[in-house]
Amino acid sequence: MNTLPQQLANGLFLGSMYGLIAIGYTMVYGIVQLINFAHGEIFMTGGFGALTVYLALPHGISMWIALPLMLAGGALVSVLIGVGAERFAYRPLRGAPRLAPLITAIGLSLALQQAVFNWYPDAKSARVFPQLAFGPYHIGSITIQSGDIFVIVAAPLCMAALAFFVRLSRTGRAMQATAQDPDTAQLMGIDTNRIIVIAFAIGGLFAAVAGVAYGLRYGSVEYDMGFIAGLKAFTAAVLGGIGNIYGAMLGGLVLGLAEAMATAYISDVPGMHQLGGQGWSSVWAFVLLILVLLFRPQGLLGERVADRA
Amino acid sequence: MTALLEVDNLKVAYGKIEAVKGISFSVQQGQVVTLIGTNGAGKTTTLRTLSGLLKPLSGSITFDGKPLSGIPAHKIVAMGLAHSPEGRHIFPRLSILENLQLGAFLRKDPEGIEKDIQRAYDLFPILGERRKQAAGTLSGGEQQMLAMGRALMSRPKLLMLDEPSMGLSPIMMQKILETIAELKAQGTTILLVEQNAQAALSLADQGHVMEVGSIVLSGTGQDLLHDESVRKAYLGED
Repeated sequence: MNTLPQQLANGLFLGSMYGLIAIGYTMVYGIVQLINFAHGEIFMTGGFGALTVYLALPHGISMWIALPLMLAGGALVSVLIGVGAERFAYRPLRGAPRLAPLITAIGLSLALQQAVFNWYPDAKSARVFPQLAFGPYHIGSITIQSGDIFVIVAAPLCMAALAFFVRLSRTGRAMQATAQDPDTAQLMGIDTNRIIVIAFAIGGLFAAVAGVAYGLRYGSVEYDMGFIAGLKAFTAAVLGGIGNIYGAMLGGLVLGLAEAMATAYISDVPGMHQLGGQGWSSVWAFVLLILVLLFRPQGLLGERVADRA
Repeated sequence: MTALLEVDNLKVAYGKIEAVKGISFSVQQGQVVTLIGTNGAGKTTTLRTLSGLLKPLSGSITFDGKPLSGIPAHKIVAMGLAHSPEGRHIFPRLSILENLQLGAFLRKDPEGIEKDIQRAYDLFPILGERRKQAAGTLSGGEQQMLAMGRALMSRPKLLMLDEPSMGLSPIMMQKILETIAELKAQGTTILLVEQNAQAALSLADQGHVMEVGSIVLSGTGQDLLHDESVRKAYLGED
């Protein structure tokens, strides 16, 4: 059913998920100017971490009890991997040419995928993810899955918490200072290494929430689920203006909605009837990225600040 | 009397290029000491090493009786050494007030911080008028005022100012130099790097002339101001 409300709901789900992952790209980029291409895998390991917790719980446990524990477990795994990557893979390369950490990130991404593929039990194919006990709901012609509801509630909560944290807390202020001028931040007494670790940790936390959302929505997690989702979220971060946390969420939503709309409706455009359907969804996401890079390279909310020398 | 800052045979290198080649000098409590010299003489490198942003190759730095070697920059501030960097480096997207608050990042006394913010506004009234404005929208001179005000917010034992008058209009330059004189009169200990040698030496108790990484001449501000070679090289006289 390709009704407009249904596509809006789908777009909202996708967009919220992209936005949550995009936070991790944008925070890390904002502070250390590194594109952490392993972030898609941090999202993936969050999903597997949550699944692991579920499997360890007694059989038949209520999802109301299981879900918070799964979120905590997924977050723990994602945060540890994110922070570990910073400490052992990226920090030693600080000050190296920018290509070096980028290649490291890609290597780490492959290593994490292969680690899960080879060592997580039965992860060579999709692993079934537990479902919330309610839904799907039918409202008129729209079907809303429980996974949709989870992310559409969780994403704004996460974002609001992050916005308050960055704006109002002492550590948040230190993060802003470090993003704007790391050397001078140190001169203020800010331990910038600690701030970098916190940026990776927040990115991991949000990625884990997205990983759980993915599992709930699609009913499974896969070792390679972070690849396309990671690329899309990176696109969302660039679309919104990389380095800007509000941009990441907005970019995610715009991308998710555009993807859902294009998938459903582009085939109605005369001459484009062959381009509709799910198989083309990624194409439209990246076409949008190219258009933004051409016409507004700083992204939707990217700022051109008058930094006077 | 032991010096507040004691630099002994300090060497700093960027890769294989030695930018500071074994300099020694000291700053006494309450003094204004200036380093003058052309671009590339190693003045900024020296300050960045003192504040911990660069690691020295060798030599020792003793501040307030404690060695600074191996202490990261963010902990050196806590010891009472504040650095207003070359090029001002205010946080452009934060407000003036937020910039000043960051200067007091390590302090835990809200009332004292509030008082010092007032003091910065008294010193530079324009900062008070524009406290909510993003710092990046200030003029160069106003940014310099903010950078100095921010450095003072940590209540430093030693204030290091790197090229505070650089790139400013003559009127702004005058204002900044007057402020340094005022801070000196209040008893602030200052290590000043300045390209405006005339102004710097007039203010300074002690001056050191740096050339390609070494101190080539030292003396009181007045001595150097009247020194033949200094007048020729730095004060534009034949």
